[in-house]
Amino acid sequence: MDMIEKIKEGLGVRIVSWEEHSPRRIYITVKKEDIFEVSRFLFKELGLRFSTASGIDTPLAFEIIYHFSDDASGAVYSLRVMLSDKLHPEVDSLAPIFAGAEWVEREIWEMLGINFKNHPNLKRLLLAEDWPQGDYPLRQGK
Amino acid sequence: MSHRVIVPIGPYHPLQEEPEFFQLYVEGERVVDIDIIIGYNHRGIEKLSESKHFDQVAFLVERICGICSSSHPYAYVLAVEDILGGEEKLVPERAVYIRTIVDELQRIHSHLLWLGLAGHFIGYNTVWMWAWKYREPVLDCFEMITGNRNNYGMLKIGGIRRDIKDADISVLKKTLDELVPAVDMFKGAVMDDPVIKARLVGVGVLTKEQAIDYCVVGPTARASGINIDVRRDDPYGAYSNLDWNIIMEKDGDIFAKTVVRILEMYESIRIIRQCLDKLPRGAIDADIKDIPVGEGIGRVEAPRGECIHYIKSDGTNRPIRHKIRAPSFMNVASNKVGAVGGTISDATITLAAVDPCYCCTERVAVINKPDNKKIMNGWDLIKLSQEKTNKLRERFKDGGA
Repeated sequence: MDMIEKIKEGLGVRIVSWEEHSPRRIYITVKKEDIFEVSRFLFKELGLRFSTASGIDTPLAFEIIYHFSDDASGAVYSLRVMLSDKLHPEVDSLAPIFAGAEWVEREIWEMLGINFKNHPNLKRLLLAEDWPQGDYPLRQGK
Repeated sequence: MSHRVIVPIGPYHPLQEEPEFFQLYVEGERVVDIDIIIGYNHRGIEKLSESKHFDQVAFLVERICGICSSSHPYAYVLAVEDILGGEEKLVPERAVYIRTIVDELQRIHSHLLWLGLAGHFIGYNTVWMWAWKYREPVLDCFEMITGNRNNYGMLKIGGIRRDIKDADISVLKKTLDELVPAVDMFKGAVMDDPVIKARLVGVGVLTKEQAIDYCVVGPTARASGINIDVRRDDPYGAYSNLDWNIIMEKDGDIFAKTVVRILEMYESIRIIRQCLDKLPRGAIDADIKDIPVGEGIGRVEAPRGECIHYIKSDGTNRPIRHKIRAPSFMNVASNKVGAVGGTISDATITLAAVDPCYCCTERVAVINKPDNKKIMNGWDLIKLSQEKTNKLRERFKDGGA
């Protein structure tokens, strides 16, 4: 069974949409409530490597794309999560599953103002200590 | 009663990239905890990128790092080409081969740079001088084929900017031929030296499980027994047409990381030689005009590991989001497990073993927390590291005599 089938079977109804931009670039939208469990499944059960996450400020929602790399096939599975509450964007932290998420989430937190629930050490990573609170450089309109 | 001392290492030297600040918590000789603080040179390149048009961004991201200065633009153009249908379909073959040559030359000079500094930190100044001496001809090759020793300006969406002249090929081949005995020498100097072994084996160990947990990449991962390399896994450039090997070690210590990097230089030389022999004739640029709506991911194996760029385009001439993740971002975080448990005299080499920037380890101070009295500077800590090697040298001399 190849990785695509394993993911489809493992995620089941949690897949909101499935887009294959090319054979090695697959974008899967999931609900934000499911991201912790879905990531745990990809990382722990299927052994995918967490590459990074991209936070994006779009007009209707904050979007986070978690890029998981399947190094056996060279495919990148990008999990897309939409955070439609633009005033209080919040999502579960993946750092309890793997340490590699810790810095990536700290960066998104300070750059876009997205809160990560249960993050072990949510503090500034790149911005200076005297950078104004509540000013998020990667939000649009800045 | 334990006596805890804080050892701050860092933060930065503005001439070099990737400044970091390491605060070591020390009890006696042993490192018990570490705080890693980065961001001293954060330039907001992701944000800047949103205000540049697609062609300018390649120059912008080239300036992220002065050592792997073709990896970032390469990952970026791959991300844009991913929107357009992929490098394979789009980019003329000759350009793909020249991209590969530049990518591998860069790996050689980066690994030599690391080897030299690693040698310096453990008191092998001859290794330092010689590694950098043999790095020079590689930089000269860059100057010859790209016009620059660093920040080559070669990559553009759909191709490259400068062709390699036929006359340059023989010079490149000659430089590579002369480089092989130098790498042989380093291999012998490192792998057969009992003092280096005593200094590096079992030091700064990152186990396979820890490496997976921290999602490390590149030589740091391969030295811990993780078989990953973007060049093979998610092929770009000409790598899938060439014959080369992935270098793997399993111990995860600094010795393993050193061995991986030294042996990788042989593979890079092999790759470049094959590229030069197979270099096809033809155009070097696909002449791309517009970037359509879409999103793309580009990945390359930089000297330090996977470098990934994500681009989102709304059909205008500028990206609306450009996410950049350099390999050291994942690797440096793993120092948390690499350095803790080791001794303070191993700290400089352990922190340097993931091949971050050296600026961090140059600026070091040791402060006794309770009274804030004793202060050591960076040179003192490097000296401490070098003294340890000297003691080992003496011991091995006595043993041998």
